[in-house]
Amino acid sequence: MPTASRKGKPPMSDKIIKNGRVVTDDRLTVSLAEGEAATDIAVPAGPVLVPLAVWQARRDELLARARSGELGVWLAAGEDVAALADDLALLQVIGLHFPKFTDGRSYSAATLLRTRYGYQGELRAIGQVLRDQFNYMTRCGFDALQPQAERYTDEQLEAAIASIDDFTQPYQRSVQDPLPLFRRVERGSGREVQQ
Amino acid sequence: MYQYDEHDQRLLDQRVAQFRDQMRRHLAGELSADEFRPLRLQNGLYIQRHAPMFRISVPYGHLASRQLRKLAHLARGYDRGYAHFTTRTNVQFNWPKLEDVPEMLAELASVQMHANQTSGNCIRNITADPFAGVAADEVADPRPFAEILRQWATYNPEFAFLPRKFKIAFNSAAEDRVVLRVYDIGLDLVRNDAGELGFRVLVGGGLGRTPILGEEIKPFLPWQHLISYCEAILRVYNRWGRRDNLWKARIKILVKALGPEAFAREVEEEWANSKDGPNTITEAELARVSAHFAPPAYEPLPAQDAAFDALLADNKAFATWVKRNVRAHRQPGYAAVILSLKKTGTAPGDVTAEQMDLIADLADRFSFGEARMLHEQNVALADVRRADLFELWQATRAAGLATPNIGLLTDIICCPGGDFCSLANARSIPIADAIQRRFDDLDYQHDIGEIDLNISGCMNSCGHHHVGHIGILGVDKNDQEWYQVSIGGTQGNGTTLGKVIGPSFALDEVVGVIEKLLETYVELRHEDERFIDTVQRVGTEPFKERVYADRQPQRKAAHV
Ligand code: HEM
Ligand code: SF4
Repeated sequence: MPTASRKGKPPMSDKIIKNGRVVTDDRLTVSLAEGEAATDIAVPAGPVLVPLAVWQARRDELLARARSGELGVWLAAGEDVAALADDLALLQVIGLHFPKFTDGRSYSAATLLRTRYGYQGELRAIGQVLRDQFNYMTRCGFDALQPQAERYTDEQLEAAIASIDDFTQPYQRSVQDPLPLFRRVERGSGREVQQ
Repeated sequence: MYQYDEHDQRLLDQRVAQFRDQMRRHLAGELSADEFRPLRLQNGLYIQRHAPMFRISVPYGHLASRQLRKLAHLARGYDRGYAHFTTRTNVQFNWPKLEDVPEMLAELASVQMHANQTSGNCIRNITADPFAGVAADEVADPRPFAEILRQWATYNPEFAFLPRKFKIAFNSAAEDRVVLRVYDIGLDLVRNDAGELGFRVLVGGGLGRTPILGEEIKPFLPWQHLISYCEAILRVYNRWGRRDNLWKARIKILVKALGPEAFAREVEEEWANSKDGPNTITEAELARVSAHFAPPAYEPLPAQDAAFDALLADNKAFATWVKRNVRAHRQPGYAAVILSLKKTGTAPGDVTAEQMDLIADLADRFSFGEARMLHEQNVALADVRRADLFELWQATRAAGLATPNIGLLTDIICCPGGDFCSLANARSIPIADAIQRRFDDLDYQHDIGEIDLNISGCMNSCGHHHVGHIGILGVDKNDQEWYQVSIGGTQGNGTTLGKVIGPSFALDEVVGVIEKLLETYVELRHEDERFIDTVQRVGTEPFKERVYADRQPQRKAAHV
């Protein structure tokens, strides 16, 4: 469950990185506490990300808010992206959760959403999101990076943008680079940099 | 050997800059120990018993002379004058300073070396047949494929945080020289009936505390699909491999839980989406990479050489070395030479700065400037003119690199164990040392013949004890060092896991146990039977009986 939940706190203007820039963002990540049922919990007004279970239980009720982009859905690391396959045309924001930054499942989930399912909307990394993974995250198709609220000062978050470009011309094909390096550029014989 | 182009070099330089900044933020308190840990591990930096341990990658074991000199330089400047060569063709330094590592990485990058993904839960260094390109039984050269896959694995954004470490090996010859079946993915280069090149794909092998041998999930994968198919395997594993328990997180557990057939179906289903896509390897890319591995400029030499034969006849010590440490070569008049890092009195796999410099010089003089690491923790010069062997022998003999023991009892595979490793239950180097001292006599070793003796200091099995003809494993009993002995393991085509012979032994008992195992073998062997053949023929029982015969009464006596 995301510890980044701001549920119950007064709306505060948190900062996230969106398309390579720091922006203020007041989207609330709603999560289900122990014993809370998806059918019962109150979904606050305003921009929110709700758990998959809430979306599945109350799709009709939430449909209009999803269409307008006010409401998005987030998936826990173990949840199959296929569960959203039929809703991708209407959803404008999807969150993928990193319970720990060392849990890499959401990289595959992001890759699949962007490539196999052709999802075009905002894809937001939530949970334990750290600058040292920004490059890999953006390459896998995340365009919104939301570190936990207290993790970085404004200044640090601004500096962290640089990490997005840690590798500028990677070997792999990825969401960001549809072609692998060997199809993307003319590669040399290698002799020229031999010392 | 592969030479970086501007893209390879830029990526590596960017990695060095990235880690330098991570180290800076860590030392400034901006990156906590927990956040820093996976980052430093993926750059080869462990924190061990006495000091940090720094693990450098040697992709498929190939080392250019300038790279060896750089390692020697690092050993002198940042360590205590030596390095350790591992079973996974990595090089370890045991005594660097934490804050020096970014500078060491920068030095390495200047000779196209790195510590990329040498630890952590990511795709590790890829290994291949050490005799690639020279072995007579080779189907095709695996190195271009290993290099192509290395590039795909390096800084791969999707697979940097897998459930657990992931190791890939290539074999490419009739004889398996990489222990293919103990790898997460084993790729066996083969030709199909139509003569096309492809891979037999094995998955789910691994040693550690639950040793499992890999299973074939695809009999023939055309080479063009190497990347897309491996990506499918990794994606299935990344999504569905267990993450709740460190000891059940390797792919072998997932493959075992699903069964190899069901796992293969998952992979096929995933692969169907990306097959024939942009990750399909092009003829042009294969040709580009293959050009780096073109055979060196061999001289045309006669197959026979009377002068060489005369030397062999005259000099018994030289002849012994040739017999043990020299391998046949595809090219007439050439040979592949194994330099032994197993001289009695030095820890197996340890090599000094002076030795590395010497190997570099010898590589330049005799072997087109290249050396290769073997998973048995030795070094090979793969392209030596037969006429140079005598000179090479003399030079290496003077430096303690010509012990004629390759494949024999004292050619021990051994992990660093309790002397260095904080995970160890027991020390392993003193065991290797005691065995080497006791059986140092070469005539005795030659009489015993080929035997693999492997030692690990704990269940993590870094010393491959499961696949040793004799395996020794450090175990912990009431905070004391004990050793469990197994026999019957084999590496190679018929890889099998050894069987534990019984209760474990105290440190000072181990040599005696080995002695009894060998005596039993000598008594029971048929002509031309190796130790392992005898074990396979008669089973473990006679060996057990001999080893424990005089122990039980003593033990009982001790109990009254
Ligand atoms: C000194 C620091 C080292 C540490 C902390 C370490 C740690 C480990 C651990 C935890 C495992 C078990 C992984 C698992 O079962 O999932 C392992 C396996 C292994 N390590 Fe090491 N190791 C070290 C050094 C070495 C060295 C020096 C070598 C080579 C001589 C080596 C080669 C291997 C191999 C071959 C395996 C078995 C791989 C498998 O399970 O498939 N390691 N190591
Ligand atoms: S086998 Fe155990 S003791 Fe030996 S290096 Fe590996 S982890 Fe350390």
